[in-house]
Amino acid sequence: MAIKAYIREKFFPHLWCPGCGHGTVLNGLLRAFEQLGLKKNDIVMVSGIGCSSRISGYVDVHTLHTIHGRALAFATGVKLSRPELTLIVPMGDGDALAIGGNHFIHAARRNIDITAIVMNNRTYGMTGGQYSPLSGYGTSATTAPYTNIDQGFDIVELARAAGATFVARTTTYHVQQATDVIKKAIEHKGFSVVEVLSQCPTYFGRKNRVGGAVEMMDYYRARTTPMGSKAKQEDPSLIERGIFVQKELPEYCAEYDQVIQKAMKGRG
Amino acid sequence: MGQIVKFLQGNEVCVEAALYAGLEFFAGYPITPSTEIAELLSARLPQRGGKFIQMEDEIASMCAIIGASLTGHKVMTATSGPGFSLMQEALGYAIMAEIPCVIVDVQRGGPSTGIPTHVSQGDVNQARWGTHGDHAIVAMTASNHQDVFGITVEAFNIAETYRTPVVLLFDEVVGHMRERVFIPEPGEIPLVGRLRTSVPEGVDYHPYLPREDGRLPMSDFGGVHRYNVTGLFHDMWGFPSTNPQVVHGLLRHLTDKIENHVEQIARHKAFYLDDADCVLISYGSSARSARHVVESRRPLGERLGLLELQTLWPFPADLVRATCARAKYVVVVEMNMGQILHAVKSAVDAPDKVFLANRIDGEFITGGDIRNILRLIQGKGV
Repeated sequence: MAIKAYIREKFFPHLWCPGCGHGTVLNGLLRAFEQLGLKKNDIVMVSGIGCSSRISGYVDVHTLHTIHGRALAFATGVKLSRPELTLIVPMGDGDALAIGGNHFIHAARRNIDITAIVMNNRTYGMTGGQYSPLSGYGTSATTAPYTNIDQGFDIVELARAAGATFVARTTTYHVQQATDVIKKAIEHKGFSVVEVLSQCPTYFGRKNRVGGAVEMMDYYRARTTPMGSKAKQEDPSLIERGIFVQKELPEYCAEYDQVIQKAMKGRG
Repeated sequence: MGQIVKFLQGNEVCVEAALYAGLEFFAGYPITPSTEIAELLSARLPQRGGKFIQMEDEIASMCAIIGASLTGHKVMTATSGPGFSLMQEALGYAIMAEIPCVIVDVQRGGPSTGIPTHVSQGDVNQARWGTHGDHAIVAMTASNHQDVFGITVEAFNIAETYRTPVVLLFDEVVGHMRERVFIPEPGEIPLVGRLRTSVPEGVDYHPYLPREDGRLPMSDFGGVHRYNVTGLFHDMWGFPSTNPQVVHGLLRHLTDKIENHVEQIARHKAFYLDDADCVLISYGSSARSARHVVESRRPLGERLGLLELQTLWPFPADLVRATCARAKYVVVVEMNMGQILHAVKSAVDAPDKVFLANRIDGEFITGGDIRNILRLIQGKGV
């Protein structure tokens, strides 16, 4: 299927700011769909609230645009009730890890077959640039005029510790890698987390004087490195990209099928 | 009535009725005094191929049942006051997105953690106005186990008919009391199934366009129609809109589809009302004591009657007005500080004749409590 066939063209141009990285994430996601040959009727995209969550409106699949932070809980209901469907949950960093942090770790713990894509732009863009759990110490935000004293999460480490069986990180600069890891995440049977560093030049970029979209993407090029690279050994401050976790563990819906078998046997 | 007789807790009856109504998916979180519902369904649902999941909190539980309803299943969650508070945002979402679902609130004393193992009817207004914004809601209750069964089935029917969440406001006494109940034969109580669209694949389907009869046929997620579901104001395809006409039209639709069908939705029971000069109005377990007072004072010549409400929201104002028209006194019996009292006072022609007989100390209201109020009203002292 052509990539264009996956979008709801009439809603373009999209609402994201010029230079926003989220369109690139959408691009990577659509290419993953196309390369996997997924049927539109088999995909359910569940999103929460924020700039990132509006991605669901642009994709011509079953789309469930929910409430702030709860997308994974809605998605759990969809998936468990119809396990044959492919569940994609795009979230922002605040959506996934502040208000939705509890659902994030519990979805990971259950290892339910959902692909969570965290579009990490280190800010709340929709409300105008407040600090998020991913902004990091020392950054500036409209709610951190004297700089942020909150420590940030490491999404990869959090997802790994919570039990996610597929964890990857990439950036909007590395769009081929984004397509590749999203594809592998969808194929993976279990809870998958893909963190995509996605620039917000409008708020994070401006508040932190790190330049526009081009400079922010160049930062991703310069300051990230493939997992386990020599560069990382030489400069531990570099951010690693790649697939950090990929392991087979019992998937929740498959396990529940066994519960049903036990319950039916016990009955008869 | 069917031949199967059981001696059950109210919470167990609720489970039997939900399964009778076709429940296929339950998500919940433990909370007293509703937990038995989750425990029982964790065993019963998989026996019939249904799904049970214990979520990480009540917010997630409410969200999960909405997701499961969209794939075409009958869904329910159960909780009590604090958990019901956590569900309010997603309850509003279900109202806005028109998702059939049933929420059981086995009420306990509040506010906050309150008095978890004791009875209260303090969530009546939370059910009505707990979620933000203008909206209509359906909330039903019952005073005895046979009615718990019937009302629970009815809740599922109303949820499907009107594409709406329905709140079942039971209370600790009804939930934990054991009582005889007849389980109806399959088919004895009519069931309303999911109304699915007949629009074929490739033809434009409008998930939010009511038919001539007001009902909105659905299409299961995973089916041939791909559409959008959102908590934003939306057009007939489910896509966000800020068009004032669309916003106004949707809000009117969401409220009118409930408020204009009060007569179809409202359930009540009438006891000795024909010649009553003193009308008791009650609901849930407190209606048991009210009925006891009526039936024990009638032989003494007191013209007492009872209107037992089973649908609290939408409030059956016309019924209450008509019932109270000739009454000298109206006494609302409830275990809160007068949550239905206000609706009754707004409905009747003479609100100054409406009094409250209540208890708010976690103890069950007795016939004696009600009689004391009646004596005060009648100037007899206590």
